[in-house]
Amino acid sequence: MTVQLIAMQLFSGLALGAVLIMVALGLSIIFGMLGIVNFAHGALFMVGAYAGLYVAGLTGSFWWALLIAPVMIGLFGMLIERFLIRPLYGRSPDDPLLLTFGLGYVLVEAVRIFFGTDGIPFSTPGALRGVVNLGIGFFPLYRLFVIGVVVAVLLLLWIGLEKTKFGLIVRAGSADPLIMRVLGVDISRLWLVVFGIGVGITALGGVLAAPMRNVSPEMGTLVLAEAFVVTVIGGMGSLPGAVIAGLIVGVSVSMTSLFAPEMATIVMFALMALILLVRPNGLYGRAAPGL
Amino acid sequence: MSVIRNAELVPAPARRNFATLFSNVSRWRVPLSILALCILPWVLPSQALAVNVLIYGLVAVGYNLLFGYTGLLSFGHAAFFGAGAYATGIAIGAFGLHWFIAMLIGVLVSGLLATVMGVLAIRTRGIYFSMVTLALAQLVYYAALQASSWTGGENGLRGFTVSTLHLPGFSVNFLDPLVKYYAIMIVVAAALWFVSRVLSSPFGAVIEAIRENETRARACGYDVERTKLLSFILSGILCGLAGTLSAMHLSIVPLDSLHYHTSGLIVMMTLLGGAGSFFGPFIGALAFLSMEDIFSLWTSNWQLIVGVIFILFVLYLPKGIWGTLISWGKSR
Repeated sequence: MTVQLIAMQLFSGLALGAVLIMVALGLSIIFGMLGIVNFAHGALFMVGAYAGLYVAGLTGSFWWALLIAPVMIGLFGMLIERFLIRPLYGRSPDDPLLLTFGLGYVLVEAVRIFFGTDGIPFSTPGALRGVVNLGIGFFPLYRLFVIGVVVAVLLLLWIGLEKTKFGLIVRAGSADPLIMRVLGVDISRLWLVVFGIGVGITALGGVLAAPMRNVSPEMGTLVLAEAFVVTVIGGMGSLPGAVIAGLIVGVSVSMTSLFAPEMATIVMFALMALILLVRPNGLYGRAAPGL
Repeated sequence: MSVIRNAELVPAPARRNFATLFSNVSRWRVPLSILALCILPWVLPSQALAVNVLIYGLVAVGYNLLFGYTGLLSFGHAAFFGAGAYATGIAIGAFGLHWFIAMLIGVLVSGLLATVMGVLAIRTRGIYFSMVTLALAQLVYYAALQASSWTGGENGLRGFTVSTLHLPGFSVNFLDPLVKYYAIMIVVAAALWFVSRVLSSPFGAVIEAIRENETRARACGYDVERTKLLSFILSGILCGLAGTLSAMHLSIVPLDSLHYHTSGLIVMMTLLGGAGSFFGPFIGALAFLSMEDIFSLWTSNWQLIVGVIFILFVLYLPKGIWGTLISWGKSR
């Protein structure tokens, strides 16, 4: 067990955490604005990966897949908000949750019909194969690329939310939708866009994750549970919380798989249980949401 | 006021008929359920389906106590169902215990698990609760997957069979499908009677008060956290009991019984039938399993149809089959 090995594992953890951050961010953005938990989030992650596979097969280029698939799924997310979730506003907060759960069920089955039930390998694009020497050891180039993309998305999101007029409206709408409506802002259009963005970010996470694991209809279930763990640890609706918790979870999973592989799948849930005992609202959470 | 005045416009006899019908159904709910369960294997296409309705009906009834009556939406009830099943299977297979002791152990283990999960999950509120129950149930799933020397891992738990139920004085042939059905039904009937008693007790009134308005229930002096926890444990125990029955029925515990999908199945059945009503969960289990039975005959993608039907129910009939019938009857 060398220092090098530990450092490499740390980097793997960052790449794993980066994908989790994407999924948890989408979940958190949607919750922060619309006040609903999207249980179809894991399924949309999976659909994003399949859309990437489809576009890559069509155009023969991973770059187009990375660009087009998230936009496609984001638009699909807007359709979901408009026709399935919008009728449920004003009803119990459990109703959108139940509906998106049913939707996830349907999406998994639909993908099985179109792409088959078996996992499909997604090859790493040629330009990103190989390893890089980081001074402490060799690291897969693709994982480095994933970390880079996620950092770029985070920066874009931060600029969009903090520095633009649209971001100002989004933040205000998240703080008090009623006042925004009184001020003449069409809040339902805003919600439509925010839902689309949240779903699009998740789909991007799906495309990014695809070369690191096989693409299969069931890949979303585990991701959904992981994203929940991240949002519970970070605090629901908090974007910095999602980022920090994503990194904590990613690194602790990869570290555990180095020292005690049989505990690797369990450690994140244990971490969540611990956080719940100490800080029931998560690291950055606001008090008692959802009521 | 206007509601009352409108009601008086309806011809009195018709209104009284429906009102008395529903109050009678409610008063005789346990005997009526048992009667319906007695004729179930004779009206359904297969006895296997009837046994499944019994077991999943009991799961949904247990889940309904938490979701329908206490208003807590859990997505982790597969953990209790699976824990009951695994504990029973291990007690019979690995320790060679009597089936009755094994059942008790199954119920006990699921109750303990529900206590631990409940203590953690009830610290959170609202939407958090669903996420935390889901994540904790995944923890149980992966723990069972890792502990393959005890649970059989991905292959599921095998190697235990209950062929005869030895009771003091006589024994029952558990391999005969019809005998098996009625043996399981006796346990389910006892559980139904128990749930009915709980619902009509003061405790049953308090959990409904928490569902309607948690803040007000707390202001009235009720210990909301403890009541929620108790409801969570009772609900987990009932699901665990269904799990033990499932293990004895199938002689195998598939790993899938702990999976997120099983939790989702339980939620769908309960909502389909009508959450927060006594008959709803059983009707939901019957409807869901019949749909599975029929649709899987002509397509392997029956889950797509069931999922769409579930979405339509959430959108247009959130009270479920039985709940919609009740409100339709009351409005007459």
